Amino acid sequence: MTSFRIVAAGDSAIVVEFEETIAPDVNARTIACAEAIQAARLDGVRDVVPTYRSVAVYFDPLRTDHDVLTRCLEREAVRPLTPITAARTPVRIPVCYGGDLGPDLPGVAAFAGLPEADVARVHAAATYRVFMLGFVPGFAYLGIVDAAIAMPRHATPRVRVPAGSVGIAGVQTGVYTGGTPGGWQVIGRTPVKPFDPTRADPFLMKAGDAVQFYAIERSEYDRARSES
Amino acid sequence: MSGIWVIKPGMLTTIQDAGRWGFQARGVPVAGAMDPVSHRLANALVGNDRDAASLEVTLLGPELEFEDERLVAVAGADFDLSLDGRQVPSNAPFIVAVGSRLRFGARRLGARAYLAVSGGIDVPLTLGSRSTHVVSAMGGLNGRALMAGERVPLGAPGRAERNALAPQTATVDLPNHHATIRVLPGPQADYFTSDALDMLQSAPYVIASDSDRMGFRLDGPRLTHARGADIISDATPLGVLQVPASGQPILLMADRQTTGGYPKLATVIAADMTIAGQLAPADTITFVVCTLRDALTALIAQERALMAVEERRS
Repeated sequence: MTSFRIVAAGDSAIVVEFEETIAPDVNARTIACAEAIQAARLDGVRDVVPTYRSVAVYFDPLRTDHDVLTRCLEREAVRPLTPITAARTPVRIPVCYGGDLGPDLPGVAAFAGLPEADVARVHAAATYRVFMLGFVPGFAYLGIVDAAIAMPRHATPRVRVPAGSVGIAGVQTGVYTGGTPGGWQVIGRTPVKPFDPTRADPFLMKAGDAVQFYAIERSEYDRARSES
Repeated sequence: MSGIWVIKPGMLTTIQDAGRWGFQARGVPVAGAMDPVSHRLANALVGNDRDAASLEVTLLGPELEFEDERLVAVAGADFDLSLDGRQVPSNAPFIVAVGSRLRFGARRLGARAYLAVSGGIDVPLTLGSRSTHVVSAMGGLNGRALMAGERVPLGAPGRAERNALAPQTATVDLPNHHATIRVLPGPQADYFTSDALDMLQSAPYVIASDSDRMGFRLDGPRLTHARGADIISDATPLGVLQVPASGQPILLMADRQTTGGYPKLATVIAADMTIAGQLAPADTITFVVCTLRDALTALIAQERALMAVEERRS
């Protein structure tokens, strides 16, 4: 039995909250619910926003109302999850680990009691789940990082983290989109932009995607950078 | 196509429309006009679609030069407006001639004015909107506020109805440095002690100096969490009062991030976001809890007033 509750957030948003935990199965249900609401193309709905364990539905209260949306959410929240027929092809992201592109790799290695190369291997070995996007356009919260390398974030964030920086914050990992402050442990950098409004698909990732990182040499990183 | 030259940019003059909806699931903030009613009124007064982009003028206004003849209107905050040295009214359309200069002078009431030009501001759409989001350098003109010497491109004026200038119409009562703002409890009122909503209404909150288009940091009665100040990050609606560990709420405004990790006590009703958008640092807010019926009644009244102006211009 799925436990959930539906709460109003003012007169123009309604939220369905599932179990209060960060877990892949809860998140999968959350995203399935959001996709079903999105697919229903309900009149007056402005935006549907899945997060770790809740879905916010923003609407125009002059075109629809709480009751209509509550009924829809109640229906979708309890619908059994259809088995994933075609597992999503993982998004593969190249990373040049360490050196000046990954200034916190030595720190994470010390935290883990592992050589730097092993930290990179552990980070690249897992298949991560995009639990949600937020913070800035295209920033994806990925999990779950192997406990061995799950170093907490810096006490004092960096003022500006370069675009493509790959960071760890506890069991979360992610790719900075650039120009923002950030406290995550930066272990490498990718030449791929998580968000590029000029690209046909501006977003590299969406909630529910599977993501894998793979190591590249510095020369490969530089080549990819000069080509983009 | 013609444009507007920025002689003086003002404090923070940005291109805004009704916002960048539909991409919050990808972390894209909505942005859009802080006072959506005045933005829409300005558009209506010049016969634009309600979604056309306007210039949002903040506290200290710009000086602008027009390349061609246009119908323009300013709504929202009450500024002294002069066109080539001659006074022009707010909340009513007027014609600017080729080479005319419009200057925003002293501000009497309100924080943000909207300048709409027939044909609209015609910068390229980014993810379906022209709204400027400065923090993510998105939309508007190069993703930032206007700068001196820049040229703002204008769209082709659609319906020319320069002979039938509408009478002066205001639909927003500008706050005199203090506003009473209605909220609905939730979405996470149960994360607070049972007296938190009473505390919220017990005395005015002052808008702190580090407030901006993302949010208003408020200084007033302390709100107490019942279950800690951290939640699993979730969506952050427009007008929500999120409360970090300090117990001092932050009112989330147009440029807010899409998600946040603080519990949210209450949410400002849609109809009162227009008044909130007319407040500035050092102004005060008294919050009042209302019912959903009150919220919708107010929104319908606001919509009727706007539609009356829009119909007259179409």
